[in-house]
Order: sequence, then C-alpha cells, then structure tokens
Amino acid sequence: MSEPILSVRDLVKHYPIRQGVFRRQVGSIKAVDGVSFDLMPGETLGLVGESGCGKSTVARTLLRLIEPTSGQALYKGTDIFSLGKGDMRELRQHIQIIFQDPYASLNPRITVGDIIAEPWSIHSDLLPKGKVGDQVRQLLELVGLNPNHVNRYPHQFSGGQRQRIGVARALALNPSIIICDEPVSALDVSVQAQVVNLLEDIQDEFNLSYIFIAHDLSVVRHISDRVAVMYLGKIVEEGVETDLYGNPSHPYTQALLSAVPVPDPGSEKKTRILLQGDVPSAANPPSGCHFRTRCWKAQDICAEVEPPLEQHFDTLAACHFAAPREVFAEG
Amino acid sequence: MTSIAMQRRRATASRVWAQFRGSRQGMIGLAVLLVFVAMALAAPLLADVRELNPVFARAQGNPQWAPPSVFPPLGTDYIRRSVWAQFVWGSRVSLFVGLAATVLTILIGSVVGIVSGFVGGKVDAIFMRVTEWFLVIPFLPLAIVLASVLGRNVWNIIFVIGITSWPSTARLVRAQVLTVKQRLFVDRARSLGAGGGHIVAHHILPNVSGLILANATLAVPISILTETTLSFLGLGDPSAASWGKTLEEAFVNGAMARNAWWYFLPAGLGILAVVLAFTLIGRTLEEIANPRLSRSR
Repeated sequence: MSEPILSVRDLVKHYPIRQGVFRRQVGSIKAVDGVSFDLMPGETLGLVGESGCGKSTVARTLLRLIEPTSGQALYKGTDIFSLGKGDMRELRQHIQIIFQDPYASLNPRITVGDIIAEPWSIHSDLLPKGKVGDQVRQLLELVGLNPNHVNRYPHQFSGGQRQRIGVARALALNPSIIICDEPVSALDVSVQAQVVNLLEDIQDEFNLSYIFIAHDLSVVRHISDRVAVMYLGKIVEEGVETDLYGNPSHPYTQALLSAVPVPDPGSEKKTRILLQGDVPSAANPPSGCHFRTRCWKAQDICAEVEPPLEQHFDTLAACHFAAPREVFAEG
Repeated sequence: MTSIAMQRRRATASRVWAQFRGSRQGMIGLAVLLVFVAMALAAPLLADVRELNPVFARAQGNPQWAPPSVFPPLGTDYIRRSVWAQFVWGSRVSLFVGLAATVLTILIGSVVGIVSGFVGGKVDAIFMRVTEWFLVIPFLPLAIVLASVLGRNVWNIIFVIGITSWPSTARLVRAQVLTVKQRLFVDRARSLGAGGGHIVAHHILPNVSGLILANATLAVPISILTETTLSFLGLGDPSAASWGKTLEEAFVNGAMARNAWWYFLPAGLGILAVVLAFTLIGRTLEEIANPRLSRSR
C-alpha cells in the first residue's frame, strides 16, 4: 500500500460556551472529539453521519477555516495545523473545497469568469495573466458548461450549473485533494447524479483524492472507496465501501443503513432498526461510548470504558459488542 | 488583460446607461440635475457676478424691493441686488458644498464601517464607541459650535457637514459588511489563501457598494439641506452667496412681511428641485447596481 496523502490524527474541535457578564467559560461543545483517518492518493473517503455530528467541522478545520483545538493533519508529511501563514497559503493550492450551498458560495456580484479566475488572482505567480482567460474557458468546458458564459453572473445559472462552477473553481489550482462538503445535498436527484458523475470523471482524469461528506448514504456508496461513519464528533465505524455497507458491525451504522429507503418496493423487506430518543447534546456527551444511550446492546461497560476504533470482522468499529449484521438491501 | 478589463468596464457602463435610460424617474432626475449643473457651470454667462455687490447694485441705479415685473427676470432685494444673480451664483455654492460634503461623509463612513465590520474584535468595539459618541451628540449644536470655532468659510462648512454626518453611514456599512463576511464565498476565498485586502476588494466592496451608493445619493440632499440650515442660521460663508444665505437674508429682512415672494421662492424651489433630482437618480442607480433588485433580468 502506498503512503497516505493526508492523515488526520486525533482531530479535536471544542467550542467554548461562555456565559455572564465576564464571558466566563462554563463548558464546551465537543463538535469534533478525536477523529483520525487516512486518505490515499486517488481514493474517495466518504464521511457520513447525521447533521450536527461534526462532518463539516472536520472539513473546515482541514482548510483552517476553523482553527482546531488539537490534533494533527499531515499532508504528505507536513502538519497543516502547525504551518505559518505563508506556508499555509502555499499549501492551500493542494487542498480545495466544494461547498454544499451553490447559491451562497458564489459571490453574486462577480461574473463567473472572475469567480473561476479568482484562484489565479490570489496566487498570481502560478499562471501568467494572459493565459487566465483561456484556462477559464477550458475549465468551463471541462465541467460541461458553455465557455461563452464567462461574463454571466451566478444568478443566471441553475443550481446544478452553479455547482459545476464550484467544481471548476476547485480544479483551477490543480489540487490533489478536494473536500466535497455535501456537494449535492442542495440539488434534486437527477442533477445530483450528473454532478456526482462529473466528480468521478474528473477524479479519474486528474487523479484526485476526495473527502466526500454527505448524509445521503446512497450517494456516498456510489462514489466512495472507503466510508467512515461519524456520531457525535467521533468516527464509530470505518471500512471499505462494500464491507461497511454489506456487513456493518457497529449498531449505529446498522441502524443508519436500515433506514435507507429501498428503491424497489417489491424487494425483500429488511427489518428497520428504530433508535430511541435523540442525539445527545455535544456539550454534554454520554460517558464511555457516545452511542450507549440509544443502543440496544448497551451494558455497564459501555458507560465506563470508551470503546476504541478497532478491527472487528470486516471493518474498524468502535464498539464493545461489535457484530456484523446484514441490513442494507441491495438496490 | 487590462484591455479586456477596460472593454468589460466600458460594456458595463453602457449597460448601466441603457438601463438608466429606461427609467422615467431616473431620467427626470437627471434632466433636472443637468439643468442646475449647467446653470452652475455657466454662471458667469448668465449673470454678472458684480450684481452680488450692493455697492455695484446701487451704482447701477437698481430699484429696492423691485418685483420681477419692474426688474426682470427675478426682481431685486432690500439692498438692490439682483435676485437672479443670487440664484445663479448660489446654485454653484449649494451644489459644490453638497457634493464635497457627501464625498467626505461617505469616505469616512465607509472606511470606518468596513474596517470595523471586517476586522471585528477590539477595533470594532473602539470604532463603534467613537461612532456612537458622534451619533448621540445633537447634530445642530455640534455643527454650530464647530462652524463658529473653525471660522465661516466654504471648506469649513464642508468639513463640519462631513464630520457630523458620517456615523449613520458607518453603522449601515458595518452592518452590511458583517452579513457579507459570513457568506460562504468569503470562506471560499479564504480557503484559496486570500488575504484581508483581496477579500475586501473582491467580495466585501462589490456587495456593499450598492448600499454605499444609495447612501451617497441620500447624503447629497441632506448635505445641501445642512448647508442651507447653517447658512440660514448665519453660520455660512459670508462671502459665498449660497441659496441658504439668500433664504436667511430674505427672512431677516422681512421679505415675508413685504410679500416679496420673488426674493425667497427661487432659492427655496431650487433646493427642492436639486434634492428631488438626487433622490430620483439615487433610487434608479440603486435598482441597477443591485442585479437582484432590477426587474428586467
């Protein structure tokens, strides 16, 4: 196996909760609480979980849009979190992001040509000014848009087209990793498929690594090589896509997968696992295993000892009673 | 690249003009404003500047308190000066002070607002306390004190108006900057490695420029009215014949009691027309500047 292009170790992000006149810290929201994973060159790692589980926070800390509380993220051996301003600027060329909301992520007052050319105006040493126009047109063509639309404004495009603009912009600096933060969640299903296929095509063409964040399990399954499931700021299970979907061993993953709608009404019905209660507050997570309050397998040990993420059967799972169970119906 | 940028700028300008032409209110405002600008520029051709001097007026043998029928086109005042000359030359002072004070107001207000909103933290706290300090001081007394301390000349009047009317602009701009700063495209630019200067120039400014423009067009009539107020209270430049000064002199010397409508009406209507013209133009420009406000696209 080759070296990972990005390896994240014990990433933690706690938001302080402040109260009173003196803004005293009375607690903290543990948005991300010790996340570790590796990303291989050319691989797609899916990151799934309910809203509020810390997926997007992971993405934002990796780009240092949010400063992490602690942890390491090694990009080809250099720690992203300890870089100075200048070095970080340099490194940003290699890691790009596509945001969920194609409406808010494009500046409405700038033409599409300028939006896509923005990376070069920030890193002006990368491309001579005379060539920017050609590059922008090439990128537009690459993502399936009409290159003659460079002078249009974002509001003149549909949601899917806007997301293609987002993809073009992310590709401009020729990055090696693209973090896709719910890139298709805001689009309708037929357009989702087009954008996902576009992402797959350009991945093959440029040998990109993706971190693909979503809450739609079917989309993640379609695009990912490996999938990590997050719950309350932690990764609870991680594995190769076929193993994780075929034989999940963490109870939360099983419950999550059993809730995926089956497109064929005539197919054999799997039992749906219904969880009790709500996700606990990240300000005050349960002791030991975060999932124990809603888990049907929970024992005393679950409240006392936090289960490490270890190999159980086909996948890595953080559970004392991990056992494979087939829950995902083949669509 | 620069020639392409120039071309595009020219294309944008012609597009704005095409849209502006389509708006009736904008065209009316522009026409009215152009008439007054032309009058201000052509003042030496329209009226002899010496007519403003009472000694010259007396030597000319002008009648006192003459109605327009006796001394065309607009009659004379209590010291035999031509009201027409005062009206024509007064438009110069009023327009100039109004525009210059607006430039100062918008400049101070925008810089304070953008820095305060974008940098945030302690800078924001300090800037906003200063702004509030200026806001809570009653405007007129401060203006009167400043005007009398600094001395009565046109530049001081401009300074007084500028220094007293920027806080509301600053707060408006800051509020807008705060919302724009949270938008995803700013995060996006940051993740590309953009510095503060780039973000302000490319993302913040284009998204607050509409507001600044709208605010500027609102500030012009306010500046003109403020100049009128200060002149009316006797704090204007004594050597500059502004419309406000004409009104003050008409008031003090009992033009109302004498029923000398030709003395105060031209200046009053002139102020009304210019203020209205700026407001109409401003509203039209605001509609064009914000692509999502306009109906045509």
